[in-house]
Amino acid sequence: MANLECLLALFNINDYDASMDDKSKVAIVGIGETEYSRESGRSELVLTLEAIMAALDDAGIEPHEIDGLMRWSVDTSNEALVAENLGIKSLNWFGDISQAGNVGAALVASACAAIRSNLAEIIVIYRGVNGRSGRRYGSGVVTGRQGQGLGAFSEPFGLLTPQHGLAMMTQRRMYETGVTSRHFGMVSVTERFHANRNPRATFFDRSLTIEDHQNSRFVVEPFRLFDCCLETDGGGAIILTSLDRAKSLRKPPAVVRATAQHAYASSRDYTDTAAKFIAPLLWSRAQITPSEVSVAQIYDHFSPFVIFALEDYGFVERGEGGDFVESGQISWDGGALPVNTSGGHLSEAYMQGMNQLLEGVRQIRGTSTSQVQDVNFSFVDTGIGTGAVVLEPDIYG
Amino acid sequence: MDEQKDIMIPEPLLMPVIAVEYSLFWESLSKNELRVQKCAECATLRYPPNPMCSVCQYFDHTWELMSGNGEVYSYVVTHQPTNSAFIGRTPLATVIIELDEGPHLISNILNISPSEIKIGMRVRVVFIKMDDQITLPFFELID
Repeated sequence: MANLECLLALFNINDYDASMDDKSKVAIVGIGETEYSRESGRSELVLTLEAIMAALDDAGIEPHEIDGLMRWSVDTSNEALVAENLGIKSLNWFGDISQAGNVGAALVASACAAIRSNLAEIIVIYRGVNGRSGRRYGSGVVTGRQGQGLGAFSEPFGLLTPQHGLAMMTQRRMYETGVTSRHFGMVSVTERFHANRNPRATFFDRSLTIEDHQNSRFVVEPFRLFDCCLETDGGGAIILTSLDRAKSLRKPPAVVRATAQHAYASSRDYTDTAAKFIAPLLWSRAQITPSEVSVAQIYDHFSPFVIFALEDYGFVERGEGGDFVESGQISWDGGALPVNTSGGHLSEAYMQGMNQLLEGVRQIRGTSTSQVQDVNFSFVDTGIGTGAVVLEPDIYG
Repeated sequence: MDEQKDIMIPEPLLMPVIAVEYSLFWESLSKNELRVQKCAECATLRYPPNPMCSVCQYFDHTWELMSGNGEVYSYVVTHQPTNSAFIGRTPLATVIIELDEGPHLISNILNISPSEIKIGMRVRVVFIKMDDQITLPFFELID
C-alpha cells in the first residue's frame, strides 16, 4: 500500500472528513429486487415497480413518501410514469445519468448530494430490465450505431459492441502484466461458488470448474464463454435518505461513507481502467486505505475486470491480481477480500451494478448468503473503475 | 485453430458514415494518404478525431500525413456473431495499430490467420477503395 499512500499525499485532498459531520450522512435504508430469469413475462416498468415496492416494504416507507427518483439513462422506465404509478405527489428530485451500465456510483453520489442539500428527502434508485428476453446488450443493437460518429473509425473493422473494446483492453493488459485466461477463469469459478450458496442466483444449482472455463468457447477472444456476464430479466431498487431519518426505519442503515466517479472515452485508453483516476480521491474521501475494506463487489461484465479493479483501486499491486485470485483470496471461504459474494454479474444476475449495490448493503446488514464477519467497510465498484461506493455500518450512534 | 478466410478484397463489416467535420480524413484516404489531426498550437497528434486538442484546448488543426508504419498494440478475435453484421465473417480479428508517430488506429490485418497475430508485429498501411467516396486503411505485415 506504500505506493497508494504516496499517491494520496500527492493529491493532498483534505477537504472532506468521512468521520465528521454526522448530520450530513446519507444511508441506504431499503433494498428490493424481483426474481432473476431469462424471461420475466412482464414489462420493464412492472419489474421496476415490483422492485421498488419490495424496497419500500424492506425499509418501512410508504410509496407516497418518496420524493426523488433516479435511474440509469439506459433504463426505459421514465420517472414520471414510475411516479404516477406510485402515487407520488411531490417529485422534488429526478434524473438519469448517461454513459451505460456503469453509473451506479454516480447515481448514489447524486442522490446523496440532493439529500444533503435538502432538495429531496427520500430518493429511490431503480433498474428494471428485460436483458435476455428483450434487447440484448451483446448484440450491439442497443446503441443503434451503424458506422456513425466515432463509430466510423472503429465499427467498419469489427469493433462493434462494448465487449470488443473491453476485450481489446484485456488483451493488452495480458501482454503488459502477464495475467492469464486461467486467472480470469478463477474469478468465474470463485463467483460461481458464491452463487451456489445464493438461492436467488441464476446459477445457484450449477457448478463450474476451471476446466469448464478453459474448455469453453471463445466469444470475443480473449473472452471465453464463462468470462462473460449473464443476460438477465429482473428489477432492483435501493432507497436512500438521511442518517437522521434512517434511524427510525425498519432496517439497519448502510451509511454511504464515500463515493467517487469518472467518465472517459474508453476508445482512447486500452490499458487501464478509470480506477487509476478515481482511486486516490475515493480513499481520501473515505479516509481509509484499501486494506481496511472487508468485502468488495466489483462490476464483472467480464471476469478480467475483477482483477483489473483489484489492481487499479490499489487492493493489490498492478500485475499481482491474477495470483491474488488464484490463491483463493477473493473467496468467501477464507479469502482476505471476498469479492462478488452473491455470485456477481457472472453467476447471480446482470443488473448493471444494481444487484451488486444490493449485495454491498447486505454485507453491512449481515444478511448475505456468503456473509463476511465483522464488516467495517463494504466496497462496491460500479463499472470499469468509473465509479465506486464505500458503505459502512451506522457507527454514529 | 480457426482460419480466417483469405481476404483479397476486404469488405468492411459496416460502411462508415462520413461526418462533414472530418471529411478531410476521408478525402485523404481516397488519395492513398493516411492523415490524422495535428493541433495547430501545440502540435499534439490525435486520433480518432476530436474537435479540440485535449492538451491545450485549441480548436484549429491541420491533417498531418502519417508514414503508415506501425505495430500491433492489441487485438481481439470475434468468434461468436453476436451481431448480424458478423455472420459469415467470423473468426474476425480486429487490431489496434500503434503508428510510429504515436496515434492508435483500429483496423484489420490482411492475409493473416487470427491465430498468428501477436502484439508487437510490424505492419504498414494498405489502402483499399470501397467506392467513390470511401477508401479504408487496412494493414499488412512488413516482412
